[in-house]
Amino acid sequence: MSKYKMHMLVCAGTGCQSSQSGLIFEMLRDELDRKGLSKDVQVIRTGCFGFCEKGPIIKIMPDNTFYTQVKPEDVKEIIDEHIIKGRKVTRLLYLDPESDEHIIDSKHMGFYKKQLRVALRNCGIIDPENIDESIARDAYQALGKCLSEYTPQETIEIIKKSGLRGRGGAGFPTGLKWEIASKNDADQKYVVCNADEGDPGAFMDRSILEGDPHSILEAMAICGYCMGATKGLIYIRAEYPLAIKRLKIAIAQAKEYGLLGENIFGSGFDFDITLRYGAGAFVCGEETSLIHSMEGKRGEPSNKPPFPAQSGYLGKPTNVNNVETFANVPVIIMKGADWFSSIGTEKSKGTKVFALAGKINNVGLIEVPMGITLREIIYEIGGGIKGGKKFKAVQTGGPSGGCLTEKHLDTPIDYESLMAAGSMMGSGGMIVLDEDDCMVSVAKFYLDFIVEESCGKCAPCRIGNKRLYETLARITDGKGTAEDLEKLRNLGSVIKDTSLCGLGQTSPNPVLSTLENFRDEYEEHVYDKTCRSGQCKNLLYYVIDDENCVGCMACVRVCPVNAITGEKKHTHYIHQDKCIKCGACMQKCQFDAISLTNNYRQAVEV
Amino acid sequence: MTGIKTLADLKKKQEEVKSQINLREKAENPDAMIQVKVAMATCGIASGAKDVMEFFVEALDKRNINAVVTQTGCMGYCFAEPTVEIKMPDKEPIVFGYVDVKKADEIIESYIKQGELVDGIIPQNYDVIG
Repeated sequence: MSKYKMHMLVCAGTGCQSSQSGLIFEMLRDELDRKGLSKDVQVIRTGCFGFCEKGPIIKIMPDNTFYTQVKPEDVKEIIDEHIIKGRKVTRLLYLDPESDEHIIDSKHMGFYKKQLRVALRNCGIIDPENIDESIARDAYQALGKCLSEYTPQETIEIIKKSGLRGRGGAGFPTGLKWEIASKNDADQKYVVCNADEGDPGAFMDRSILEGDPHSILEAMAICGYCMGATKGLIYIRAEYPLAIKRLKIAIAQAKEYGLLGENIFGSGFDFDITLRYGAGAFVCGEETSLIHSMEGKRGEPSNKPPFPAQSGYLGKPTNVNNVETFANVPVIIMKGADWFSSIGTEKSKGTKVFALAGKINNVGLIEVPMGITLREIIYEIGGGIKGGKKFKAVQTGGPSGGCLTEKHLDTPIDYESLMAAGSMMGSGGMIVLDEDDCMVSVAKFYLDFIVEESCGKCAPCRIGNKRLYETLARITDGKGTAEDLEKLRNLGSVIKDTSLCGLGQTSPNPVLSTLENFRDEYEEHVYDKTCRSGQCKNLLYYVIDDENCVGCMACVRVCPVNAITGEKKHTHYIHQDKCIKCGACMQKCQFDAISLTNNYRQAVEV
Repeated sequence: MTGIKTLADLKKKQEEVKSQINLREKAENPDAMIQVKVAMATCGIASGAKDVMEFFVEALDKRNINAVVTQTGCMGYCFAEPTVEIKMPDKEPIVFGYVDVKKADEIIESYIKQGELVDGIIPQNYDVIG
């Protein structure tokens, strides 16, 4: 066996690949070959390191050097300097935004200090396309342990005792779910992995599948053993080609080794996994819709009961778990329920993966213990708000969640506390908003998404959300009335109470939570016709500055709706009631006398 | 490759492949490890640091000593190349000069294994910022 002295880990997640990490990988190998170093230095493609903001990432082991934003043209320098001469390429090291110093190894980066990686334990360490590296990191040991040492019921007890709850959003206890499915007798049962990750800005599940596919396969087999299922299905959206490719490789390798298939570990237990592709509908993340979609029917939800555990895929007992939930299972078996339940809060155990996005310095994928505060996530791991602006809110739980504000910054995060604050854990999207964001527009953005994604089966969701959207559009256009605010609240609660599935029941959350926390912004839009952030284009007003205006009449002549009046050599005036905001006057003016303001009163008074 | 039929097979396989990622796992927690840093600047390489580094990697592995071997830049002791810095857990790093393969062997046997100092220590005479 060859002995490599150094390992160069190149991130091959979707984020880094789209900024040429694939090419960088090839170039590193070629360059090492040319220098005769390919026996000394191993180049490995790994899953996501999480620090997507600064991708592509290259990590060099064993000295833990963390190079960020590497470009193909940097390859030669990294090899000449770091590999051959042992000098780190300083300009590519992570620059700490606070101290303005380059951090020499990843152990000292604020981004990683507060993180605890359980579900992401192998992402960024192993080559996901090589089963041997997974095995070296304990893959399939938990499955072997269950099959040889525990009965299915004992295994379920371990999961129950660990306190693991569903990571897809609702937080249903996983062990209990397995137990229910195990008690329903049938000639065939199914284990389904829900990899239909649909929240805007969320990529937790994708990263786990891309970086550590074997952990999911193993956990599905364990689940199959517990509930008496021999078939596993992964429902994954077709727009995750890289995750699909790696899953296919992983399944083939596991079968070749006999870790999937018939008579696993000589125990007589058979388990096989196949993939099912989704077309990327948000509603198919809901388990009954997902099952219908897998059966080849329309992706629409159905009433529960019957629950999938009783009658699911093809009418057989089916257990559906989210990717991240499965990723926790093998570790729990290996390290024990007590270890897992020692992490987190009283009711929410373990860790949670979040996709940090929005106006934050360190955009990326993080995993933190439950009970951490938003402040720690945003300011310590996330490195604070971009451009030193003021924090306004963080949107969690995607289109089903809500906004948390400054007053929630020190709340420990778990399922219950987020719910109490009017949001939800969701699958783990976390979008940070700053003072430049308009909360009404944010609510409108999510409603737009919901209107697009509603399957249309039940009226409250299909029609109600459309009306909510129209009302929000009216408000951002400056045409909202006091009744509109009341209507948002009433209609929102009706949709919540009467929709068929989880999508509709949570869809008004973005509106209701912003209405609750940012009532003043809604009122400004309605009463003052003002958007303080300047995001609502229809609430921006063209005004003429009397100091710069020379009275040349150019704007008066160019205005297509005759909204500008004035005489030669006197300051002109724009009538806001007539103005259609085409901007022709501003383009025409040669004296920089026309500007945009978000202050309606000022615009009228000038 | 024949299939993995039992848990024992899997454990055997794990032993076989463990070394593939050993280096990466060790690097996750460098302070708890014995760290060997070989100065591999031009002066070091010219005096044979490459062979010394190779020796450390292989010898430590063969003798089952859990250590991380890395290369560093020039430490400034060009007169005494090849130089090697050894950092034992919870101890101050010590720099040895004129390390050839023979000396490296002595360092492993005496200092790393038994904590006994050997000749050739270069006193550190500067502070490092940060």
